[in-house]
Amino acid sequence: MSFQIFLQHLVNGISLGSLYALLAIGYTMVYGILRLINFAHGDIFMLATYIAFYSITSFLLPWWAAFLIAIILTSAFGIILERAAYRPLRSSPRISIMISAIGASFLIENLGILIFGGRPKAFPIAPIFSHVVVIGNVSISVVTMIIPIVAAIALIILNYIINKTKTGMAMRAVSKDYDAAKLMGININYIISFTFAAGSAMAAIGGILWGLRYPQLIPLMGIMPGLKCFIAAVIGGIGNIKGAVLGGFILGIGEIAIVASSPALSGYRDAFAFVLLIVILLVKPTGLLGQNSAEKV
Amino acid sequence: MMRKKVIQSLLSIAAVIVLLIVLNSFLSSFQTRIFNLCGIYVILAISMNLINGFVGLFSLGHAGFMAVGAYTSALLTMSVQTKEMNFFLEPIAPWLLNVHLPFPIAIIIGGLMAALAGALIGAPVLRLNDDYLAIATLGFSEIIRVIFTNTQSLTNGALGLNALPNIGITGSPKEAIWWIWGIVIFTVVFMVLLINSTYGRAFKAIREDEIAAEAMGINLFKHKMMAFVIGSFFAGVGGALLGHLMGTIDPLLFRYLLTFNIVLIVVLGGIGSITGSVISAIVVTIAMEVLRVLDGVMHIGPLVITGIPGTRMVVFSLLLMVVILFYQRGLMGNKEFSFDWFKKMKSPFKTKKA
Repeated sequence: MSFQIFLQHLVNGISLGSLYALLAIGYTMVYGILRLINFAHGDIFMLATYIAFYSITSFLLPWWAAFLIAIILTSAFGIILERAAYRPLRSSPRISIMISAIGASFLIENLGILIFGGRPKAFPIAPIFSHVVVIGNVSISVVTMIIPIVAAIALIILNYIINKTKTGMAMRAVSKDYDAAKLMGININYIISFTFAAGSAMAAIGGILWGLRYPQLIPLMGIMPGLKCFIAAVIGGIGNIKGAVLGGFILGIGEIAIVASSPALSGYRDAFAFVLLIVILLVKPTGLLGQNSAEKV
Repeated sequence: MMRKKVIQSLLSIAAVIVLLIVLNSFLSSFQTRIFNLCGIYVILAISMNLINGFVGLFSLGHAGFMAVGAYTSALLTMSVQTKEMNFFLEPIAPWLLNVHLPFPIAIIIGGLMAALAGALIGAPVLRLNDDYLAIATLGFSEIIRVIFTNTQSLTNGALGLNALPNIGITGSPKEAIWWIWGIVIFTVVFMVLLINSTYGRAFKAIREDEIAAEAMGINLFKHKMMAFVIGSFFAGVGGALLGHLMGTIDPLLFRYLLTFNIVLIVVLGGIGSITGSVISAIVVTIAMEVLRVLDGVMHIGPLVITGIPGTRMVVFSLLLMVVILFYQRGLMGNKEFSFDWFKKMKSPFKTKKA
């Protein structure tokens, strides 16, 4: 493999990794606070692409307005999802809340098929995104370059919110100790809603970029990325935002590496994430950056 | 008391057999097919209920075990000609070409292969708890599917297998009902006996409180493994039957949406109730067919409503959400049907047994 081809693959890997990282953050934030795998997160991601799609094609909005609307509506949807499907079960056994998550995911997918139709749709791409830039001998489309940049900006903003604002401090407090945070006068419901909104916004950004990169929309498109990004969050150490980003990059670059290394293995691309998950769970169940927590009786 | 219970159980089995004879003679072939599908879902739901409901391990790997069972049994029963016809892209592995076994043996081997897969997967995965276990088993079932998509010479890859032999030795459609419902009866009896044995009590103890169970001297790993392997055996048998009933299988059939369908059945019936699973599997399977009306054109008096394809599944997912949000116990909770119910109706002053 020549150096150019290597660079080409690396660029693709980083861009895929950024997409995974954006989606994985939503999982890790929700898990950190509620100890819940939000199975419907992948479907929120799907919704964002469809909202952007319809804003552009049916409402003829310019792409930037469509993207903004998609992000806002998706955040709102994340809040609604939490209110409707998770809040009533907060004191129930964890299996019930997980089944509720699965049910919500199932419902959104089927509603998607009902409303959007099962036939694939082509995401409209503004000409500035499809432009191809040639640097040296590596040709990169603008989207591939934009993805890591947008992801980095989103991550910096999120990092600022979590570490520097009062809401962020409350979020960290809730994830450390739910009950103690409540006793300290933190409005738990507000914090949880905020977490879902922020996670969904990240998923929406990821979804729109995903649509630009892989412009085929189907209502079930969220399932696989959703599962893989949950795995990315576990690999990095669930509940840890830096870990989710790390996991996303490991997964993205690893997948591209598999496809690049030999065409015979490319069919196993989707299995890579799961194999990695099982290895991690066996070797270091808390994930790469996760902290150990002993189970108390 | 014990003897009375045995007699009651034997009588109910006899009643079911009489019912089957009656149904088999007057149901149309389409109705028989749906009825058989009900039986298969009963097997699948009970096997999932053993793992999820009685031991409390939230496993989402059912579709993978079903795939193992279905492919094993299909490849073992297909004739040489059918195999050659199926594998036109790449020839089948030579050692597999001439294997041809009768249906009952193939089904059992299918189940055993699924159980083996369950044991291999369970060994590393069963050390994990709730969420991690769910996602790891889901992961494994996806891995199985990806492997089956890629091993062209073994499973025919994404093309799948067509023209699977019918259920039964002679292959007559009237025979299928006996095989399927025979296995259903066997499964139910086996599960009831298992649940009421010492092992079953250990399972329930683990479900209620893992740490307390361990403190009482229950070997957690051994019991979890046992339930997992038995559950995957029956999942494999159910998958094999499903393959033979449908006549064609491909890896896409065994996506995790199939697992969700079974989760739906188990939750609706009540997590931890065999009776609930049986009723719910039959009702849901029939309802899935009846509600196909929603996807087509409906005539209600003078009104003509054109249904949108997909409405049916929305109804089912809504139902799942409503049950889990407002009626978590499902249909039966964790209660079982027993003949004592009739006695209770007669005398409200029931003496409590020790």
